[in-house]
Amino acid sequence: MSVELGFGALALLLVGFPALRVVTSRDLVRAVLWLAVTLLGTAVLYALLSAPFLAGVQVLTYVGGVVTLMVFGVMVTRKHTGATVAIAGTNRIRGAVAALAFFGVVASAILRTDLSALASVDTPSTQDLAFALLDRYLLAFEVASVLLLAAIVSAVVLARRRDPSPEPAGPAGSEALGEGSSP
Amino acid sequence: MTLRALLLVATALFSVGIYGLVTRRQAVALLLAIEVMANAANLVFVAFARYGGAPGHPLVLFALAITVAEVAVGLALVLLLYRRHGDTLLELASEAKG
Repeated sequence: MSVELGFGALALLLVGFPALRVVTSRDLVRAVLWLAVTLLGTAVLYALLSAPFLAGVQVLTYVGGVVTLMVFGVMVTRKHTGATVAIAGTNRIRGAVAALAFFGVVASAILRTDLSALASVDTPSTQDLAFALLDRYLLAFEVASVLLLAAIVSAVVLARRRDPSPEPAGPAGSEALGEGSSP
Repeated sequence: MTLRALLLVATALFSVGIYGLVTRRQAVALLLAIEVMANAANLVFVAFARYGGAPGHPLVLFALAITVAEVAVGLALVLLLYRRHGDTLLELASEAKG
């Protein structure tokens, strides 16, 4: 029981507190950096759960890729007049009620469920994972590659610059998506 | 047994993501909250792969690929929003319907 408490406290310290800072930080850049801390803490938890390959992939793709992408997104879209990107917070009470309600329902379900039948087992090695990906889940693997290709193409199509300056709020319409839109 | 503690931590993480999703108005901040929630789901996959032997590890890899694709397209949309309106508040995207 004390082991469980200690592990829970460690996990909360590793991911819970940084995640809380992600959603409460006033500065958007700091929120992104706290997200990096959260993802690194999750990688530590993966390693503790004997999934070293997933921990490495988590650090490489999430912390190395997604967070970098997010930082670029914040930097490109931030207003250059102010020093920090203030985050407008509304509906704090509504958000807290929704989060606490979800946590209460799911946590009570977890606490009432008998989990003693689930014993600790050996996790698959990296070799097993490779065989599973290229044999049993081959179709899903290929579909994932098609999804990534579609994501790349759609991101390029969406973000391609057509007009040099950010337009003020214009009339709603589809001219921004069509070719030859005039600034 | 630490499975219960892990599940509770993942639930807390998901709740934090819900809080961020409801309270934030900036589009990038919403993407951050969604990342936190996806992370919680991945943690549950890995926990059940360790306890009980569910095939969670390949699922986590696929979820990672999907999340990366989602972030790329989402940031492109944010960029488009910023270019049209000069800000990334989400209610500016109300014209995106239809």
